[in-house]
Amino acid sequence: MMADVIAWVLVVVIAAYACGGGTDYGAGFWDLLAGGADRGKRPRWLIDHAMAPVWEVNNVWLIFVLVLMWTGFPTMFQAVFTALWLPLVLAAVGTVLRGAGFALRKPSRRLARRRVYGAVFAVASLLTPFFLGSVLGGVASGRVQVGTPPTAHVWANPTSILAGLLAIAATAFLGAVFLVADARRFGADDLIDYFRLRALLAFGAVVVLAAIALPVTHDDASYVWHGMTRGLGLLMVILAACSGVLTVVLLLRRAHRWSRHTAVATVALAVIAWGFAQRPYLLPSTLTVADGAGAAHTLRWLGIVTIIAVVLVGPGLVLVYRLDTKGELEPLTDSDTGAAGLPGDNV
Amino acid sequence: MLSTAVHLAADTPAQLLPSRELMAFTLASHILLVPFGVALPLITLVMHYRGLRRGDQVAMKLARRWSAVMAVQFAIGVVTGTVLSFEFGLLWPGMMGRWGDVFGLGFGVEAWAFFLEAIMIAIYLYGWRRLKPWPHFWLAVPLPLTAMMGAFGIIAANSWMNTPQGFSLDSQGNPTDVDVRKAVFTPIFGTEYWHFVVAMFLTAGYVVAGVYAVGWLRGRRDRYHKLGFMVPFTIAAILTPIQFFLGDSAARSVFHKQPVKFAAMEIVWKTDTHVPEYLFGRLHSDGSISGGIKIPQLDSILAGFKPDTKVTGLTSVPAENRPTAAEATLVHFCFDLMATIGSVLVLLALWYAWLWWRRRDMPENRWFLRCASLAGVACLVTVECGWIATEVGRQPWIVYNHMRVSEAVTQTGAGGLWAMLAVVVVVYIAVIGSFLGILLKMRTRWRVADEADAASATALEPEADTPYGPRHAADAATAAAPSGGGPESGSSKGSSGGGR
Repeated sequence: MMADVIAWVLVVVIAAYACGGGTDYGAGFWDLLAGGADRGKRPRWLIDHAMAPVWEVNNVWLIFVLVLMWTGFPTMFQAVFTALWLPLVLAAVGTVLRGAGFALRKPSRRLARRRVYGAVFAVASLLTPFFLGSVLGGVASGRVQVGTPPTAHVWANPTSILAGLLAIAATAFLGAVFLVADARRFGADDLIDYFRLRALLAFGAVVVLAAIALPVTHDDASYVWHGMTRGLGLLMVILAACSGVLTVVLLLRRAHRWSRHTAVATVALAVIAWGFAQRPYLLPSTLTVADGAGAAHTLRWLGIVTIIAVVLVGPGLVLVYRLDTKGELEPLTDSDTGAAGLPGDNV
Repeated sequence: MLSTAVHLAADTPAQLLPSRELMAFTLASHILLVPFGVALPLITLVMHYRGLRRGDQVAMKLARRWSAVMAVQFAIGVVTGTVLSFEFGLLWPGMMGRWGDVFGLGFGVEAWAFFLEAIMIAIYLYGWRRLKPWPHFWLAVPLPLTAMMGAFGIIAANSWMNTPQGFSLDSQGNPTDVDVRKAVFTPIFGTEYWHFVVAMFLTAGYVVAGVYAVGWLRGRRDRYHKLGFMVPFTIAAILTPIQFFLGDSAARSVFHKQPVKFAAMEIVWKTDTHVPEYLFGRLHSDGSISGGIKIPQLDSILAGFKPDTKVTGLTSVPAENRPTAAEATLVHFCFDLMATIGSVLVLLALWYAWLWWRRRDMPENRWFLRCASLAGVACLVTVECGWIATEVGRQPWIVYNHMRVSEAVTQTGAGGLWAMLAVVVVVYIAVIGSFLGILLKMRTRWRVADEADAASATALEPEADTPYGPRHAADAATAAAPSGGGPESGSSKGSSGGGR
């Protein structure tokens, strides 16, 4: 019972990371495709401003995912980190490069340096969600079992690759939808249509990938495929699809007020659909939630810690997102800290 | 370290050595950032409070500049910390698989504390421009508490690895009957936690103060450097004698709870009374000791206040259950170096107290300032030493007396791990190198601006004793330079901060 609750907490936290972290990865994706220094200057400026205050907060969801896994379901954690060693290493290195590239780009005042940091940030924003997606695909396809050795087929298979590509497309979609709203907030009217177009394209990519995934995963990830095509799993898939279509309608009608919410709902519901589809397994179809659960006493405490986290972190999270979307959070500028320009500055 | 590990590798899985080196390298890098993550918010808030309370523009400028540093440093700390979470699974899946549900909860506490910290630090760092001055300050006041809460989680997990409890073993040796409260509050937890937290605060204090001590020594003797030196240095100097006693009691609790580790720290070969203390020195695998200064009886006295205190030796357990002689030498060297630097820092703090008592002002003694500017680096060395003493002293156990490091290590081949180590080393050197480069660049920008201000202030009013220029001069200086912000950065000049 408690194990099921914690398993659902895990799914919800993964969904939160997919939405929060996903938006950041998406922003990095569009940073990558923004073009040369001149052409990409405006979108990159917006991406910098929109992401800066919240990306660290978004990153913490990932740490929650890991902690919930090893404390709540240690056997599953061990199996996943053994079998999917390489993509997880690459995702970890990607996380470092992404965060460092982003943090170091902002205080740089030379174009050449900014280019390097920006490229590192943007490329890592592409690779990290791909590898995290492929990990999820590897688990969903049932290739990870307790004791599976780290071989390539666990993550280099159709389901994993599709899940990785879907992760990129979904984050690009989220990122673009959020950047439309950010462009409005910062009064950058030219960027509203710029990112609107990109949001629509990214949604198109999601639809195409989902259409390819449907037949491919039928045999390759049959347990989850069947879970997603019937019962509550199907219901969530339909709701996710509706939210996605609604987002497109809102984007097309330039009703940008609610498009962020429906975009988040699309991705979150898709993750929750996977949660329903995989029931009752942690690792389909070999390790159930009940079998993989940690000690009962620990799970109870994990539940208590989760409730405390919701009570304490919830209001803070609401506050920071509210302040951010109201434009109250701005980085310190050179004039605030009293910094002078130096010879060689050209940004 | 390397030779130790090579020696060990003979009868252990090939992937053990690269795994240990990888963990050591990433943790050694991350731990250098931790003091600033934990303590820089407090030091900045003290300065910020001073600025708001007294309308002190110099203090406000320092607080704003430290915030700008924090913004970059916190980000680098976040990513290097995330890597460590990954590594629990990537390198030590055996430990997490068997023990994750026993000791993992500490990380759960750490995760939400860290979440709060990330939220509040975002509001603080990005709230300077738009939030009202006092609400901006008060929103950040819980930051040091969340940082200490995060440290609570991490140290709870580490102290559990050192003195595991809160479970019993079933017939297959798997843990059952987990008692979370016992697993969090383990015997070594209290002393380890306070020793660590105080170390973080005083390290950050000495490092920050050191920057301004160097500036003062180079002739920049203004109020800006005086404040920048005295606030963090005073915090650190007050904590130094406290840390001396905390460190002493931490060593004594190791003596009681992990006697074999204590034997390694003090290179005690045979269990005995009237054990001498060696300052440095090398332990050989036959139990002989070369080099070092021998002080008769002292180790027994330090451990139990009496010369006839019995100190457990390394040979009290079979060779495969204790650190090797080379490891013990390393642990001992680090422990002694930490204790030595700690003692010297106590003298430095006393010197500071004496100078303050005499003059009630910024100490101008050049030798004092030279020592003070080195204190920060020395502290970073002690942080590394303390951590090496804890971790290497626990060898060969990952969970003390319950699981060996070699049982916990991943199945991934050694080749892959060496490759990962190479990639991580390159990435970390690039990231940390760029980070330091950016910090130095920020420093130069600020210095150039301050020198321009000082020059224009002198030009305007030769008699005025203002150590910093009027605000509009600073704006003019930055407006002349190509500004880096976005399109809106010109519009809100001078509207920042909470000083007005």
